Amino acid sequence: MTDSTLDRVARATPPRVARRIRGLSDRAIAWIFVAPTIILLLAVNIFPLIWTIYLSFTNYRANRPNAEVEWVGLRNYQRILSDPEIWQTMQATAHFLFWTLFFQVLIGFALAWLINQKFRGNNLWTTIIVLPMMLSPAVVGNFWTFLYQPQIGIFNNIISFFSGADPTSFSMIGDVRLAPWSIVIVDTWMWTPFVMLICLAGLRSIPDSIYEAAECDRASKWRQFWTITVPMVLPFLMLAVLFRGIENFKMFDLVVQLTGGGPGSTTELTSINLKREAFEKWRTGYASAYAVILFVTVFGLASIYVKALNRVKNR
Amino acid sequence: MSSYSITEPSPRSKWIAGILVVSYALITLIPLVWIIATGFKSSSDSIAYPPKVFFEPTLEGYVNLFTRQTRATPEQLAATPPTTWYEQIVHDNGMVISGPSRFGERFMNSVIIGFGSTFLSVFLGTLAAYAFSRYRIPLKDDLMFFILSTRMMPPIAVAIPIFLMFRAAGLSDTHAGMILLYTAVNLSLAVWLLKGFIDEIPREYEEAALIDGYTRFQAFVKVVLPQAATGIASTAIFCLIFAWNEYAFAVLLTSGTAQTAPPFIPTIIGVGGRDWPAVAAGATLFLVPVMVFTILLRKHLLRGITFGAVRK
Repeated sequence: MTDSTLDRVARATPPRVARRIRGLSDRAIAWIFVAPTIILLLAVNIFPLIWTIYLSFTNYRANRPNAEVEWVGLRNYQRILSDPEIWQTMQATAHFLFWTLFFQVLIGFALAWLINQKFRGNNLWTTIIVLPMMLSPAVVGNFWTFLYQPQIGIFNNIISFFSGADPTSFSMIGDVRLAPWSIVIVDTWMWTPFVMLICLAGLRSIPDSIYEAAECDRASKWRQFWTITVPMVLPFLMLAVLFRGIENFKMFDLVVQLTGGGPGSTTELTSINLKREAFEKWRTGYASAYAVILFVTVFGLASIYVKALNRVKNR
Repeated sequence: MSSYSITEPSPRSKWIAGILVVSYALITLIPLVWIIATGFKSSSDSIAYPPKVFFEPTLEGYVNLFTRQTRATPEQLAATPPTTWYEQIVHDNGMVISGPSRFGERFMNSVIIGFGSTFLSVFLGTLAAYAFSRYRIPLKDDLMFFILSTRMMPPIAVAIPIFLMFRAAGLSDTHAGMILLYTAVNLSLAVWLLKGFIDEIPREYEEAALIDGYTRFQAFVKVVLPQAATGIASTAIFCLIFAWNEYAFAVLLTSGTAQTAPPFIPTIIGVGGRDWPAVAAGATLFLVPVMVFTILLRKHLLRGITFGAVRK
């Protein structure tokens, strides 16, 4: 099927030219163009996903490929859901998710609003703020362990400069109470720009005429902010939260380099825990069940959230 | 605009906003400046207390990054006088160079895998995006959503079978394997971004080309591709940055020949404790190209980051 313009063109062209156009039918071209992408995505995403689901019902161990594989039914799932250690990593993940989203939304929105005041040079400064999120989380996270060192680390020294506390008196990644915050700080530093950019896109999508109308109605700036700016940016903000939420739920590289899950297992997020089960303890079947549970959780939460998002958008 | 607009912020609020944004930007730059500065410090300066903001720059970190060294006795040192500036630096620390380090190889691996996967994903992505943009494909919306949803999937959910597949196919720790994997991960973004760009090119151009006797394929190559060049370039930069920064799969699937820089840089250790100037030097060489790219190409990149929100 082609669109009507093309059909008319085809009918009007001499047969010799028409044959060349038809040499490869549109449908054939379409499929030749699309097929490689679909095949590659099936091979690297869908097929492995199905395989993970299969493995989750077995006791397979990847470090013993020759051992007999047994079907164990739901045993892996039962063991995971009743394992207190897993609930602890879930809790660490929830803490990380909640506070990173909280700070990133707060700072990101504030920054976007300020940048939208259109001061001179705002484009260049926006780009500078964006820099951290373009960089390799593993390499940067690794270097943050140096910034966080008590005594010689710049972070502790800046904090002590403003608070008067001795820079040697606290260790961000060595202390059980501070470590969960150390990963929140670095993630916020890195990803606030993302929330900011999306909010900025939202702010710029609001037509001036709405504000002009409000101005004619003598609405105060404060009222304009709460009745125009916030509701119109909200769908964008929620989308940013969705993207960051999914990304941080699967957070691995930054935290593994920063704290490695320690001290103890205070910052052991689910992905780090899963990697340990799968590739250090080699409990492949068990880890697969774990991966399926996480996957279902992300997809479940994300789809509930998208429903809420659509309701806000259509309001 | 010369005319006065009631929606334009007042000069005073512009000033305040500017000061706040600039101070945030400066704070957020500290870690990056610190990485670059540490790369030029001597070992003792890098761990000085209080931290040194002003210091005598040296290339010691870079020399340590690129060489392997062994400690030498004073007699040995006296017997082998340094002939080059970098040998001199090593010599002053009582060491001799025993060979090149692995950093150069790892960096080249990042370059090969980064550019290889970028080329492939942009190539395949452009074809698919063109087809999605111009043809009626059954279940088009479902397919597009399927393509996007693969990006939401946590890498951990598929990492185990991919590890097993790579092991069975002999792709573990090979450039080809990593290029294929990163291509697959990048494709979804590439298709979505490129479809946006191609949608904006008027169909009339191709129709005119068809009337002139071009085949569909010629019209695609000679009319659409040049028009989409900017879009293709910015998509390519996105794919490149992703492949450049990726860590989770790299640490899982590579260990030697195909290891990229992100898993390697954190493993740099010096003689007696971590050699932070060398780590910082490696990080600088690895991160600065991305920073420069970002600043130079900001217009195109910012659109890519927000594409999901802006295009709704």
